[in-house]
Amino acid sequence: MDNKKVPLLEMKNVSKSFMANQVLQDINFKLNAGEVLGLVGENGAGKSTLMKILFGMGVIKDTGGYGGDVLINGQKVVFDSPFDALRAGIGMVHQEFSLIPGFTATENIVLNREPQKANVISQVFGERLDTLDRKKMNSIADSSIDKLGVHIDKDMVVNRMPVGHKQFTEIARELSKDNMKILILDEPTAVLTEKEAEALLASIRGMASRGIAVIFITHRLQEILAVCDKVLVMRDGIIVKETPAADTNVSEITKWMVGRSVESGVKAVKAESAASSGNVIMSIKRLWVDMPGETVRDVSLDVYDGEILGIGGLAGQGKLGIPNGVMGLYEAGGTVEFDGQKIDLNNPRKCLDSRLAFVSEDRRGVGLLLDESLEWNISFPAMQIQNKFLKNYLGGMIKWRDDKAIEEVTKKYIDSLQIRCMSSRQKARELSGGNQQKVCLAKAFALEPRFLFVSEPTRGIDVGAKSLVLDALKKFNRENHVTVVMISSELEELRFTCDRIAIVSGGKISGILPASASSEDFGHLMVSNVR
Amino acid sequence: MTELVKSSGNPLMDSIRSFARSFGLPRLIIAGFLLLLFIMAPFVGANFFTQLSNTLNRFSWNAILVLSMVPMIHSGCGLNFGLPLGIIAGLLGGTIAIELGITGAASFWMAILLATPFAVVFGIVYGFLLNKIKGGEMMIATYVGFSIVSFMCIMWLLLPYSSPNMIWGYAGKGLRTTISLEGYYIGALANFLQINIGHLSVPTGSLIFFAVMAFFMWAFLHTKTGTAMTAVGSNAEFARSAGINIDRTRMLSVVMSTWLGAVGILVYEQGFGFIQLYMAPFNMALPAVSAILIGGATVNKASITNVIIGTFLFQGIVTMTPTVMNSMIHMDMSEVIRVIASNGMIIYALTRKSEVTR
Amino acid sequence: MKNRKTGYVPTKEPVTFASKALEFAKNNTVPLMFILICAVCIPLSGFSINYLLSEIVTRISRNSFLILSLLIPIMAGMGLNFGMTLGAMAGEIGLILVSDWQIWGIPGMILAMIISVPISVGLGIMCGKIMNMAKGREMITGYIMNYFVNGIYQLIVLYAMGAIIPIIHSSIILPRGYGIRNTVSLLSMRQSLDNLIAIRISGIKIPVMTFVVIALLCLFIVWFRKTKLGQDMRAVGQDMEVARAAGINVEKTRIISIVISTVLAGFGMIIYLQNMGNLSTYTAHSQIGMFCIAALLVGGASVDRATIGNVFLGVTLFHLMFIVAPSAGTTLMGDSMIGEYFRVFVSYAVITFALVMYETKKRRASSLAGRALAEAQKASGEAEK
Repeated sequence: MDNKKVPLLEMKNVSKSFMANQVLQDINFKLNAGEVLGLVGENGAGKSTLMKILFGMGVIKDTGGYGGDVLINGQKVVFDSPFDALRAGIGMVHQEFSLIPGFTATENIVLNREPQKANVISQVFGERLDTLDRKKMNSIADSSIDKLGVHIDKDMVVNRMPVGHKQFTEIARELSKDNMKILILDEPTAVLTEKEAEALLASIRGMASRGIAVIFITHRLQEILAVCDKVLVMRDGIIVKETPAADTNVSEITKWMVGRSVESGVKAVKAESAASSGNVIMSIKRLWVDMPGETVRDVSLDVYDGEILGIGGLAGQGKLGIPNGVMGLYEAGGTVEFDGQKIDLNNPRKCLDSRLAFVSEDRRGVGLLLDESLEWNISFPAMQIQNKFLKNYLGGMIKWRDDKAIEEVTKKYIDSLQIRCMSSRQKARELSGGNQQKVCLAKAFALEPRFLFVSEPTRGIDVGAKSLVLDALKKFNRENHVTVVMISSELEELRFTCDRIAIVSGGKISGILPASASSEDFGHLMVSNVR
Repeated sequence: MTELVKSSGNPLMDSIRSFARSFGLPRLIIAGFLLLLFIMAPFVGANFFTQLSNTLNRFSWNAILVLSMVPMIHSGCGLNFGLPLGIIAGLLGGTIAIELGITGAASFWMAILLATPFAVVFGIVYGFLLNKIKGGEMMIATYVGFSIVSFMCIMWLLLPYSSPNMIWGYAGKGLRTTISLEGYYIGALANFLQINIGHLSVPTGSLIFFAVMAFFMWAFLHTKTGTAMTAVGSNAEFARSAGINIDRTRMLSVVMSTWLGAVGILVYEQGFGFIQLYMAPFNMALPAVSAILIGGATVNKASITNVIIGTFLFQGIVTMTPTVMNSMIHMDMSEVIRVIASNGMIIYALTRKSEVTR
Repeated sequence: MKNRKTGYVPTKEPVTFASKALEFAKNNTVPLMFILICAVCIPLSGFSINYLLSEIVTRISRNSFLILSLLIPIMAGMGLNFGMTLGAMAGEIGLILVSDWQIWGIPGMILAMIISVPISVGLGIMCGKIMNMAKGREMITGYIMNYFVNGIYQLIVLYAMGAIIPIIHSSIILPRGYGIRNTVSLLSMRQSLDNLIAIRISGIKIPVMTFVVIALLCLFIVWFRKTKLGQDMRAVGQDMEVARAAGINVEKTRIISIVISTVLAGFGMIIYLQNMGNLSTYTAHSQIGMFCIAALLVGGASVDRATIGNVFLGVTLFHLMFIVAPSAGTTLMGDSMIGEYFRVFVSYAVITFALVMYETKKRRASSLAGRALAEAQKASGEAEK
């Protein structure tokens, strides 16, 4: 076979759907040995799903596999597990560290591939009792660190390393694999300092020159331009653009990433939402929030009475940290004023007492009592905070749960939000994602708040439920005159629902635009100070 | 298995199967075993009513100890292997009441009164500790229990008790290992309205007392605070986001459990007739834990029904196996069977996946 | 969540001698406390140094092997193996059978060990599988397993032996015809290992052969750590998910660690009992796990880290306390029972303390990381303004 004509990796008509949700469609691209491919796109554009397919992750198989073909060296391959992918020469550095904290860099680099020496006992009891060949381990580590071209101390224990070195250790591990042909790097520079990032980029070029193909996923577009041969822009599960990196620039890529022509829905909303009075109801100043993976560094933001404010931005930039910090679920600092009153941070009770409410993005972890009935889920906060659904005996000494009132209010929300369930006593665990989300909304509505944070309200739910949830929010805002702050990764959804949209980038607000602003403008804000 | 359960033309069979599934196989085996024992009893010459009376009696001794598991399970502190802590509070209450020279049934109520401050203080300290080590409660609870029991062993020797009914005659100090309650609160509850018909004897007073306690527990779980406690156990993050102070709720549950443990041991003693000191409280936690699990509780869900069913099954087996087995095969294997069944039940509960949500 | 790539960098604090000493004291609270207790109790007890030394030597030789059996599960991240009692029971079954067959001395011991191996392996696999189903609750599960298997042990020894399993000698069997007596005399095996090569130094008997066996086990453990399997166990112990992602069979590795521990505990129990010279059939194993674990912790081990040094320091300090406490109690309080209870209390308290330290340390580590992060952001936030 002529290697020049057959690409190292080729994807042909690859598609993937989760349930009825089409997340990838018609993906075609080729990657040659020694090429660096930059993969960019908003969250939910399908990048990670695509990489999961390539890397043979279990989720793909568990959810019904994928369509189309993956070819390596012109041969069709099907990976049942990441181990198959590894054998075929594909390495991946994930967003989460995959290192043993108490091991040295060397031990991590050769993890479960340690060179061994046979001995008498292992002859009898099997090769797991071979002793480790420390010398060879060291030489493997040395040579892979050499290949990496960045100096790290191979004898340092991982949990004493600075973050950057951990990252390099992981890359070195992939490089130490002899048959490594394709290396996937998922946002490798996100945790690096500027210098380290530069070193990594140089190292990527080095790998490419040795014939390794690299797929480089990042939100930092300058890096893409600096290091990649080819840029692949994804949006809504399709490849919208494939171009040589030399022929493009940051603003063009941004445009492709977010560019859509759905202006109609936006205007419809604008007309209705003139209700906003222009009074500041919540003023956030210099907020920081320690939420792992969604760190907020310095956010100042004013929210107007009666509006729907959207907060968007790329994943990991801190947009989710804002509501979680204000509502006291993660450690936070700075000042938050609501209706002229200062609100204590780190105290969920105080926020709820001031009639703030929060629908968490972590539905199953924070949002629901999965093992309890819908009645409990919907009524619980209102009962605890506002003493609703209680009967008082002995002059208030005994606060008895009023199961009848609870059932009534639950039925009311089941009807109004069209929650599909068998009865109000059904356990929340048994509902579908969309219906669980509606239960979370009902829980917040039952508090009759004056101000509502809604975090990722449509994450992981199907299209029908999506529009229902968004409509319910809009209706709640208009009819009850409740200020809503909605946090979402999906810009289109924000533009469809909100009056104004703030974009968070690098833990800060990089700008606030009216919903009617162009996608391009939003895109620029999103990547402005990504770190 | 689950596939098989779904398909069957007969609705009755279906409902039986789904009942069996929700009830749990080990529980079903234990219930079936007890039923078998009751059926066998007349054939081996044991009087059914005597057996039933024994079971009822032992039920009345133990039920409140089992009930004391409920609050901590509800608040997510797991199975209360630290029950000896509550028992020590109860023992202190009982011995002090006797020391004060209070006799008759009054000493029982006095003992509860005196045990209460100890139980509350122990509970607060214990709760504070458990709040520091969320997630590792059960193992630490076990050893907290052991530590306090062995510490109190020293204290029983040193504390200045002087009632001649309680201290060692020859040394003139130090409490005895076993103290007879004759003249004090023996049968304080059991003899109240006791029903005796032929071989059947029902400790009405004890049962009423348990019913009252169980009612209070049931009622508590229906109040605002009780609801919050259940929610904390079900999903602590959910409760926190709803403004519940998790540590305080857990603390309350620990104090309640400890106090019920104290009352429980006093009820046990009034039925049994003796106070057992020193190493005796050591082995009280495991039977109570396995009883509530046999009754259908899991590591973070328990109801009053679980308590009643569990105590009845457990004590039924404890009382029935010796008699029936002895007469059948002339081997007293009851102790061994009890050990295997009850600890097997605890292991079964610990390995259930569904509870490990946090 | 814990492996999330955040920008947290461990901060370095200035190291002074005082802070070092404080750190040392903090990390070694339990051993230091024990040295203090012993320092107070030894003079009070009135024992001669020679007596104490010979007692300590005996107890090190008697207990070390058992305690060493705890090390491997700790390495595999399964905590203190309360299920080691299972191995002890297997060893006892071996000894009972061997004494019935009248095979004495060293051959008897070896045969007992051989018999105990399949039983230990079986029990170890069962225990390991159950622990895999109860991840995160290994210790309490192992602890309950003791009671559970003890029930099965009784079933076998008290009912099956003599009835199903042939037992001939009336010195072992209960008069009723089945079941083993409360004590089985191991007189003809008594200290056969200890006396194989024994030397006396100023009146203190040193059982050289026993120490050789213990040394061999130590060597085995040191060597084991260098094997592939040992490396896998360390990896699994530190992060199961990462190990799994790297292709290590996590479940199997954990089971193997428990099996090894159980088998070693069986051998350890046989060595322990040959020194004692008789076997209390139904109680010998009931406290052994607790005492071994307490001794290990006294030596400065924790739930997730234990070394061979911890074993020897622990066995020395713990047993020193055990020897001197009753007579010190008598001197101090005029009652020997107080000392007895005191040492039981201390054993339990040490385990409680170690467990609490382990759990709080886990928590503190995570909250500290969070706080440092917040501080750093705050500082940088202010710098930028």
